[in-house]
Amino acid sequence: MSTLVVLPILFPLIGVVINAFLGKRLGEKVVGALATLMCSAAFVVALMLFSQVSVSKEHAIHAEFGTWIGVGKLNVPFGFLVDSLSSALMLIITGVGALIHLYSIGYIHGDPRANRYFVYLNLFVASMLVLVMGSNYLLMFVGWELVGLCSYLLIGFWFDKVKNAEAARKAFVVNRIGDVGFILGIMLIFVTFGTLNYHDIFAVVGDHKTAALALAGDPVAPAVLSAITLLLFIGAMGKSAQLPLFVWLPDAMAGPTPASALIHAATMVTAGIYMIVRSNALFHVAADTSNFVALIGALTAFIAGSIALRQFDIKKVLAYSTVSQLGFMIAAAGLGAYTASIFHLMTHAFFKALLFLAAGSVIHGMEHYSHAHHSAQHIDPQDMRNMGGLRGKMPVTFWAFIIGGLSLAGLPPFSGFWSKDEIIVAALHNPLVFALLACTAVFTAFYTGRQLVMVFFGSARSKDASHAEESGMAMKLPLIVLSVLALIGGGLNLPGSMWLEHWLEPVVGVHEGGFNLPIAALFSALALVALAAAWVMYRDGKRDTSLTPQLSSVSSFLNKAWQIDALYRAAIIMPFYALSSFLARVFDLGGIDGAVNGIGTLTKGIAAALRPLQSGFVRSYGLVMIVGVVALMAWLVINTR
Amino acid sequence: MQDLMLILPPLIVFLGATALLLVDLKIADDRKETVAWIAMFLLVGALIAAVMLLYFNRTGDVLYGFSNMILTDRYAALLDIVFALIGIGVFLLTLRYNRVHQIMRGEFFVLTLFSIGGMMLMAHAANLVTIFVALEMFSIPLYVLCGVARPRLDSEESSLKYFLLGAFASGFLVYGIALMYGATGTLDIATMLKQVERGQAPLLLVIGAGLMLVGLGFKVAAVPFHMWTPDVYDGAPTTVTAFMTTATKAAGFAALVRVFLLGPGAFVGSLVSAIAILAALTMIFGNLFALAQRSVKRMLAYSSIAHAGYLLAGIASVANIGQSANAVIFYLATYAATSLAAFGVLSEIGSMNRDEDHGLERYTGLAKRNPALAWVMALALFSLMGMPLTAGFTGKYLLFQSAVSSGLNWLALLGVITSVISAFYYLRVIVHMFMKEDATVAANNEQYYVSKPSLVMMTLASVAVVALGLLPTLLLNMFA
Repeated sequence: MSTLVVLPILFPLIGVVINAFLGKRLGEKVVGALATLMCSAAFVVALMLFSQVSVSKEHAIHAEFGTWIGVGKLNVPFGFLVDSLSSALMLIITGVGALIHLYSIGYIHGDPRANRYFVYLNLFVASMLVLVMGSNYLLMFVGWELVGLCSYLLIGFWFDKVKNAEAARKAFVVNRIGDVGFILGIMLIFVTFGTLNYHDIFAVVGDHKTAALALAGDPVAPAVLSAITLLLFIGAMGKSAQLPLFVWLPDAMAGPTPASALIHAATMVTAGIYMIVRSNALFHVAADTSNFVALIGALTAFIAGSIALRQFDIKKVLAYSTVSQLGFMIAAAGLGAYTASIFHLMTHAFFKALLFLAAGSVIHGMEHYSHAHHSAQHIDPQDMRNMGGLRGKMPVTFWAFIIGGLSLAGLPPFSGFWSKDEIIVAALHNPLVFALLACTAVFTAFYTGRQLVMVFFGSARSKDASHAEESGMAMKLPLIVLSVLALIGGGLNLPGSMWLEHWLEPVVGVHEGGFNLPIAALFSALALVALAAAWVMYRDGKRDTSLTPQLSSVSSFLNKAWQIDALYRAAIIMPFYALSSFLARVFDLGGIDGAVNGIGTLTKGIAAALRPLQSGFVRSYGLVMIVGVVALMAWLVINTR
Repeated sequence: MQDLMLILPPLIVFLGATALLLVDLKIADDRKETVAWIAMFLLVGALIAAVMLLYFNRTGDVLYGFSNMILTDRYAALLDIVFALIGIGVFLLTLRYNRVHQIMRGEFFVLTLFSIGGMMLMAHAANLVTIFVALEMFSIPLYVLCGVARPRLDSEESSLKYFLLGAFASGFLVYGIALMYGATGTLDIATMLKQVERGQAPLLLVIGAGLMLVGLGFKVAAVPFHMWTPDVYDGAPTTVTAFMTTATKAAGFAALVRVFLLGPGAFVGSLVSAIAILAALTMIFGNLFALAQRSVKRMLAYSSIAHAGYLLAGIASVANIGQSANAVIFYLATYAATSLAAFGVLSEIGSMNRDEDHGLERYTGLAKRNPALAWVMALALFSLMGMPLTAGFTGKYLLFQSAVSSGLNWLALLGVITSVISAFYYLRVIVHMFMKEDATVAANNEQYYVSKPSLVMMTLASVAVVALGLLPTLLLNMFA
């Protein structure tokens, strides 16, 4: 049994090794097939594990493969835990992952770096599985960092464009800012509980023995728990793109579209939600953190939703929509509705992966014309202002997009409706969060409608759009499968059966998941109205579609994403660089460009210049040391009792 | 006789180096590689001796010798191993680099051996005088080594700067030792520790220890005693820089561990907080300066300052000194492996270009010119950054965990934040290597080749980086 646990991670890793070393010899087709096969194999094993979990008595399988770090009290095993929560996520990761691998075969075809792409994709699946399967926080952190690395590699995949490399670095660094919180939270957990294994930590918290812990009798234990959960949440802010760290996700769309679908929509970005739900025992006790989490989630949902209203890039709309939907999930987790959060995570994985893949298909179709005709005139194939009327040319893509879009808009009976409804019901007792989420729900339906109309209806607004062609089978098949899932995914937790609620009970305990008919009816109506409004406003294809729009100040503010990037640039990044180069200039004259030009300077007869410069240096170096010594001595004299 | 057994590793190195000095006279200039191989052979001998020390003293007792002037315990033996391995690694690099840069001289190896011997002695120090003697023994050869690339001006400049400021710092060290003796009437670290534990830590002792901290802080490049570092590391031949960033740092921290973590320093609150502040300054300035560099070699010099800051955080974590000492020694080993891998790449680049220009442009498109070099460098940079499953992560985690366990939450926070900052400048190199194309490569399609010994060294270092990340227990078990 325990060997089975490691197989889902092992299969994609085998793919990584074979494709990395033999990729060139195997050729693009074999590489793609092998990668897809390995991910599918992982899916099959995940299914087997899922069924084992469902029949096992404690609803969990533990497996340990020796010690990773063992020193003193710190003992971190290579331990894996497959329980109802992780097995559900494993199915999503490997299942949606396999579909996206398949789609990629068609999408990445002809790219000179296709082998590398599949290596990254397989590596990502393995890392993501480590993240959800690890039985302790440090192993989760390993997966956490590795998926960040894969995301970095895939965002910068087409690094020939400077913009992409920058987007990749931004994603990596912003994520690492979140990781600061996460790793410190982990350290604080160890200091508080003396262990990093979920099982041992949650057992203690669950028994309310917190006060009798390593902090024996310390009355501040609740404050410590607040600190721990807050630090963990900072990690989640980074990975799940919440305020104020969400700025990386829209830029991350620079990567290949299937990678965006898998990593930046369906799986990796939900890691923060997984982490909170996994730590629900801690968050449950820390009420103030949970309230904060709910508020941040709702605010993120609102702001990102409003930004999506005024985007023109087909992927940017989806990106901000993802941030907004992640806000929903985070808010749900903060409200204690863990099942609703995971439910939305799963349905979102279906319909957002579907939307991204459909968008990829649209872009692919749009590129068809300029590829075929080597047209010198280059128009942006991702700009919705260049599209229009694609309905007839790409029927499968169109229907897939419709199903995904209506699901995102929250129209019954599509899957998104059920999960979003559960979150909104859970927010009823928190007026502020409820109001924000309610507004966001309307925004969502409106921008979805706008996107559908701009892309598929009206008449073609460019040659590329009028000559667009439907994609091949490898791309259509995943679209069809995901459409079905997006359609019926709500069945996971239908009112009445509440299958997911019961399934997750061993991990998150019982929470009253509710179905509120008036609320459901109200929000269905609101969604319909918003969609209709979008239809009326954009149907004629004139509004917003001319390439130089006269944006009003509000819409330009939304288009520029609330100017948050500019704000960060002015408030943090610029001062930071200024400080660093100021310091370097003051203290390190030879430093910055001197070393680069060093040889040149040397040959410029530096011998004469060097001697006075050098003695000056040594003297000033000595001076700094003396200042340091004096300060140190003063400190010691003052502070020694 | 038992006394001699206790310091067998440094003894082998010293005696061997002395003999090698004579043998070198008989070896023609164009066959100096032989000297390098003999030197490596000696270090293998020292390595075996150190492993034996570890093996025959499995209980981990502290054994004293030479009238309590030296001791041998696990840490000493492990550090001996680290120094020997660093030496072997550096010598493997010299085979190509020193030949290309025309510094393939016999004295290079003899001096390095003497320095290694002094470092090993430092690891075995039980007495403040031993610490001072060992410090000078490993420093004086280093002063010479920095200038070995004469008549290259920046090499000579590097040597002179290091010597002048080093002498200055040694002054503080000696004065500190004298004050500590005046305060306690002893130079023996263990005796001193007993007095302090009984609550006798007069101001004189604290001041003395503070001055010692200055002297040792200079060697490990702690801010504000770090000013020499970038110029010296940048100017010295790359093989010497590789040796200094790894071995000198380890030797300095060996002394810091003995005096401040396992010795009397750990029991004086004001000293501990002073070290914590130094650690914070070192992390901040090291990383900020590194950010502004355009030369990879100089960036690594500042990065080595930053890493001294992380290590100092371990020295300041006195709640569980045993665990902190483990963390520090472990980190030294991981940093040595990582840094050697990185400098291996630098020395190969320096050999290919026949100069010491390490501007970022030199690394543009390296993945095309030589994928192996680029991957080794990427692995090393990820480890320096602290990516999980590399040695750097495990090392940093253990250090910061011991800081948090000692209530130094702010210091750990700072450490993690500055590690994030470090991602900026490490990634920049990776971007240049993998994600940019060098126009000149496309033009003449010149491939870099790697010499066999360097490749062996870089492979071993890379394996160590991965192994210490995946299975750190291999090494950690030796502490327990």
